Amino acid sequence: MKSVMSNKWVISLYVLPSLLLILLLIYIPIVLTGYYGLMDWNGIGKMKFIGLENYIELAKDTKFWQSAWHSLLLGLFSTLSLVGYLILSLILASKIKGANFLRKIYLIPMLLSSVAIGQLWAKIFDPTNGMLNRLLVLIGVDNPPLWLADSNIVLYALFFPIVWQYAGFYIIIFYAALKNVPEELIEAAKIDGATSIQIAYKIKVPLIAGVIKVMVILAIVGSLKYFDLIFVLTGGGPNGASEVMASYMYTEAFSKYNFGYGSAIGFGLLIICIVVTWVIQKLLNTKDVDY
Amino acid sequence: MFSKKTVAIFMSVIMLLSLALAGCSSSSSSEESSADGKKVIKFMHLWPEGSSNAQFSIVKDVIAEYEKEHTDIKIETEILNPDQYREKLKVLASSNELPDIGMTWSDGFIKPYVEGDMLAPLDDIVENDADLKDAFIPGVKESYAVDGKTYGLPLELNISYIFYNKEIFEKYNLEVPKTFEEYKNVVKTLADNGVVPATVGAKDGWPASFWFMYLADRIGGSTILTDVIKGKEKMDDPAIVKAAEEVQNLVDMGGFVKGSSALSNDDAKGYFMNEQAAMFLTATWELPNYTTSPDVEQEFKDKIGYFKFPTYEGGKGESIDSYVGGPGVGLFVAKDSKVQEEAKDFVGYLVKRWGEKSVIDAGVIPATKVDTASLDLAPMYIEILKDLSEASNVTTYFDTQSSPAVSELHHDLVTALFGKQVTPEDFVKQHKDELADEKK
Repeated sequence: MKSVMSNKWVISLYVLPSLLLILLLIYIPIVLTGYYGLMDWNGIGKMKFIGLENYIELAKDTKFWQSAWHSLLLGLFSTLSLVGYLILSLILASKIKGANFLRKIYLIPMLLSSVAIGQLWAKIFDPTNGMLNRLLVLIGVDNPPLWLADSNIVLYALFFPIVWQYAGFYIIIFYAALKNVPEELIEAAKIDGATSIQIAYKIKVPLIAGVIKVMVILAIVGSLKYFDLIFVLTGGGPNGASEVMASYMYTEAFSKYNFGYGSAIGFGLLIICIVVTWVIQKLLNTKDVDY
Repeated sequence: MFSKKTVAIFMSVIMLLSLALAGCSSSSSSEESSADGKKVIKFMHLWPEGSSNAQFSIVKDVIAEYEKEHTDIKIETEILNPDQYREKLKVLASSNELPDIGMTWSDGFIKPYVEGDMLAPLDDIVENDADLKDAFIPGVKESYAVDGKTYGLPLELNISYIFYNKEIFEKYNLEVPKTFEEYKNVVKTLADNGVVPATVGAKDGWPASFWFMYLADRIGGSTILTDVIKGKEKMDDPAIVKAAEEVQNLVDMGGFVKGSSALSNDDAKGYFMNEQAAMFLTATWELPNYTTSPDVEQEFKDKIGYFKFPTYEGGKGESIDSYVGGPGVGLFVAKDSKVQEEAKDFVGYLVKRWGEKSVIDAGVIPATKVDTASLDLAPMYIEILKDLSEASNVTTYFDTQSSPAVSELHHDLVTALFGKQVTPEDFVKQHKDELADEKK
């Protein structure tokens, strides 16, 4: 067996299938997207080569930068929400009653499809018949906000269902990481008289710093390319107030038939994602703690 | 050892082969005939059994009939819901694999497909068939024509009316308004009494655009929006600005449901169906809900009436019989189809049978003329079919006539107009710029 595995040809043969799949499904489409971005193409007829025109227009497109700003805001909000999840996980992992049951409850939104969640929240946000405004009227608010119809509020109103949707995912990973913190360390700290807040802050959190870092990157990159709920709930409106990069790309490519420009937006989105990921990694580049 | 190595290589080769084969499987779809020697016509449509049962059944029955009469033909259907259909058709078009027969929308939608040289002209079907020649309602078939050739045969025709709840009108002693001034009084009375005057799904853009298009028609005359698209009139014509202003006047008066710019058409419809709103400007595709649909209670249906969009004092569009409407879907035949002749024959057959069956079975207004005397129809249908025969004009929806890019911008801007995020002046200016961009 050893001699088989040391043969370079055999190794390449084994690697080939997954290499082909990755090339076919990820890298080649990326290159193609960049290439289509050089075209004036409606997706159906003939392509016309126009050089960097789409990319130059993209750089000057205020709508694109506005949507990029919205995506970044979403990233910031998701990162902040991680703090909440971490606290929840710390509580769940500290052997409280019903932790298992609660964990499952938090996971439920993860199991629903985005479209179902969208429909659910559309009903909650409905300006007159919605659960939220009915409640507000009941407790005496005369003119409750119009939520998704108000261009000043819509983006923030959308953040809540998005954050809620992913709560289970982050909580489960934090929870698993916290369960891996050695029991002896906590026992020792307790004997030394540390309070549970001190234990959480000084021992547990530093020990799972690696996981936290990965979660921050996942949250930000996930937010930058976020699409589902925004598409279902507002489609980027009203008047572009909730447009994010992915929804803008969709509108251009599939609704306006500007496939070339849509591809350029997609490529821009990729570059922004790479840059942001790189910056975060630089910022978080601290050594992992190990006791 | 050697044998293990051979096994390893053998396994890898099999894996590779299976990958390669999986990649090839789609290319074998251009087969012409099925195993039993019949010619196969591939037909893709957008009426799934679940959501459009009546239409689905008509198509299914017509196919069965046709296959009985033509024993050498087999028609294979692929059915998707409308949104998926739109996407899939585009993907198929970009890889040049359109089905033999498919469905298309008119004007702006069909144009790129024709320009991409993918559809077959269908004029010969109509010319060679005496029953079809005069069957279409004038002007409808032409919506599918590019450079004088028709590439799609329409199945449906929709026109828009204001539907209203008679019970609410009676409660506040309201009469059906004939002029826009009267309409505003109706709105005022309803709003003062805390009733939502009209519901509209402005998030989707197009339902809200009905209001704008009708006002433009009444103020600027029935051809003004069509002329704007053709470049004969300017979008910043004072009449169009005025129409946009009147929309916002209605918004200011509380004439529409609160937060309409976040409501989809279905959300908005809910307000009307639950009798929370007195009026709903929509097209005749909603008719089954007010007449024949078994899912709606008779008590509600009895309360619903309709009226034509009021005329505007001093406006150029003086006729109340001018409608905003448009063809729904039509049928196309792919140019590269290997069974083009057979496909064309079936398209002609389906259009004819559809005209006979659709009103009664599905409650759809067909694009072909209907002999109401011989059919047992709900009164609302008879009235509307009569209106249609007396119509002075049917203007095709602005967003159907314009290119996809203008249409999308129009939807966004109408949403913003209803949400008061743009001024009427800015509304027309942005349209004008995009239209000018297009001409370049």
